[in-house]
Amino acid sequence: MTINTEMKVRVTEIRQVADKVKRFRFERAGGGPMPVFSGGAHVIVSMRDGKALRRNPYSLMSSPEDTKGYEISVLRVENSRGGSAFLHEKLKEGDELVLSQPVNLFPFDQRGKKHIMMAGGIGITPFIAMMEQMERGGKAFELYYAVRTRSHGAYWKELQQRYGAHRVKIYCDAEKLFIPVGKILANQPLGTHLYVCGPAGMINGVLGKASELGWPRQNLHAEEFLAPPPGKAFQVRLAKSNRAIDVAPHQSILEALEANGVDAPYLCRGGACGQCETGVVSCDGGLEHNDHFLEPDEKASGKKIMICVSRITGNAVTLDL
Amino acid sequence: MNITFRNETFRDDYTFRNSPGAIRRFPFPFHEDKYMYSVNMEPHVPAGPDGHAYNKPIDVDEHYLAEMDDRAKVLKEDPLRYQALPHMMAAQWDTLELLMEAQAAGYPGHFTLEKNGDQWRWINRPMGIDQAFTFGDASTLPMEPLEFITRQAQGDFVIVDQRDGQLWCDAGMVTTQADWSLDFDIGMNFHEWHGPVPLAHEIGVFDRALKFLLNLQQGKPVRRLNWTMTINPRLDTSPENYHKWGPDRATVTPENVGDKVHLRCELQSLWRLPRSNAILFVIRCYLIKMEELVTVPKWARRFHRVLRGLPPELVDYKGLTRYRPTTVEWLSKFDDGLPTSPGIYPE
Ligand SMILES: Cc1cc2nc3c(=O)[nH]c(=O)nc-3n(C[C@H](O)[C@H](O)[C@H](O)COP(=O)(O)OP(=O)(O)OC[C@H]3O[C@@H](n4cnc5c(N)ncnc54)[C@H](O)[C@@H]3O)c2cc1C
Ligand code: FES
Repeated sequence: MTINTEMKVRVTEIRQVADKVKRFRFERAGGGPMPVFSGGAHVIVSMRDGKALRRNPYSLMSSPEDTKGYEISVLRVENSRGGSAFLHEKLKEGDELVLSQPVNLFPFDQRGKKHIMMAGGIGITPFIAMMEQMERGGKAFELYYAVRTRSHGAYWKELQQRYGAHRVKIYCDAEKLFIPVGKILANQPLGTHLYVCGPAGMINGVLGKASELGWPRQNLHAEEFLAPPPGKAFQVRLAKSNRAIDVAPHQSILEALEANGVDAPYLCRGGACGQCETGVVSCDGGLEHNDHFLEPDEKASGKKIMICVSRITGNAVTLDL
Repeated sequence: MNITFRNETFRDDYTFRNSPGAIRRFPFPFHEDKYMYSVNMEPHVPAGPDGHAYNKPIDVDEHYLAEMDDRAKVLKEDPLRYQALPHMMAAQWDTLELLMEAQAAGYPGHFTLEKNGDQWRWINRPMGIDQAFTFGDASTLPMEPLEFITRQAQGDFVIVDQRDGQLWCDAGMVTTQADWSLDFDIGMNFHEWHGPVPLAHEIGVFDRALKFLLNLQQGKPVRRLNWTMTINPRLDTSPENYHKWGPDRATVTPENVGDKVHLRCELQSLWRLPRSNAILFVIRCYLIKMEELVTVPKWARRFHRVLRGLPPELVDYKGLTRYRPTTVEWLSKFDDGLPTSPGIYPE
């Protein structure tokens, strides 16, 4: 019932769970319960890193019914602009952070007769919460989980122990074992839903195979952990407020606006939810659309841009802000 | 402070009345002297002067017992006013939790919720209910969780599931609706459901509303007000029962306007549900007689002006054609032409 939706939390536990993956547990700084959430939901974690304010989305992977705290697992990425590096190297137990309310852009279909999940690497996180919820609701599910090496893969042992090796199958690149996507998808009962979370290449491969085999579009679901890609510096001009703001090579438009005190709406910061859609008044170069939200014709029209992940190739863009 | 519940009816002898306090807390829907259709939403946060219908997220008022009694009667005649598709069970529990928590927090003298893990106990003193049950196990309640709790909460309730970038109306308890029917709407999507509103499609309001709703956030409910008019204080003006209430529209005379003609206001609040990721629409109906409404001079002036200036398509759509002239004429006696202050609250 709280309307003040940002949640101040304290880090109560940090654990290394695999190579380059750490798990963080957060509990309310002032005590009190966290909201229940649904499997597949993420929160935006706001981090104060020196002068910089960093905001990254992370999937919740604790039990959705555990209202004492939330847990996320974070992969330390190479060339991090800051978020995962800060969480891995600077954040300490006892520190405070701010979380958004949970937002779910990757829910499972409650009508599904059976649920097939395919995870690549850190893409396992939303499925951990989903399986917990499916198990509680008595739903049929299977997980196919691809990891680079057994030591890079987080949680596979626990998941196999908990749900059984018949429902949780591990494929290890280093052992030249790959998810037999075609074979799995060819033989499923009507009403089965498919969920993929992992690198873009994996998502495209799996969804492409599913379409080829005649799976209906409504039964296919995917989430990519998209981060704002870097690019050239450029300038954003705000038509309504008559301001000009510089976007640095490692900044998204949204981040540049926020750094200059302009608050724009967002929910996912990953090009999926549609909340940050902004009108383009003019642009002296091409728009570089990196989102999964706009339809191809909308992208081609040059009239809209998702400012959390997309950039331009020219020097300046004027937005309807 | 505890509410004194009225003993009254919404059918047959129509003894429904608002106390002076209930008049002042009425959610009057017009913030200016004219009306334009819009789906503008505002955050559903506590607002309004002390005692106003906006004070609590789930409002309980003096009509509670009478409304629950009327709901039971409607369900007895027509059990299909409650429906839930099988995949909505998680959303049912979400709704039960939300309504129990909100009523217990807002009215501790009337309702109590005790939670011990998944062992819950719900006490509803006005209705004499004391129910222990296991949260998540429907077999421990006398009926499905949504039906159980919505027989104890004012307003209609519709739960929409979110799939494939659309909203699907997949469960609900609808016994006080203004001329729309759950039976007709169950399984429909947002566009089909809102199909008949004139003007609205042209200005694309539904596309914008849909986009807004798809991104409705947990912990951030929103609300809007809608309105129509009803002859006699009848809650159940459903299409199925048109033969029972439709003819009443022809019974309005200059002598009985004050008592028979009601402004009917729907306070709609929308909530993202936590376990199911579905959206709960609460459609709470408030009725006020013309003779009650004119006891607030600002509302008398304003409603006269709104009704007088209403575009013909909306007059038709809201079914006001037959009795609008008589009502406008009656209201004109209470409009001295003075300006009205902005906002919806009484002066
Ligand atoms: C809905 C959603 C859920 C998510 N859930 C999780 C989760 O559960 N766990 C998790 O670990 N992550 C998750 N992410 C990803 C996460 O939000 C961050 O994007 C990730 O942690 C990297 O953030 P960063 O600030 O460290 O790196 P960023 O600097 O933002 O790096 C993003 C990527 O860009 C690359 N990059 C950066 N700079 C350069 C450069 N100069 N040249 C070339 N490449 C570069 C990096 O290698 C990295 O792969 C999720 C994302 C979304 C959208
Ligand atoms: S914030 Fe979700 S698409 Fe940009």
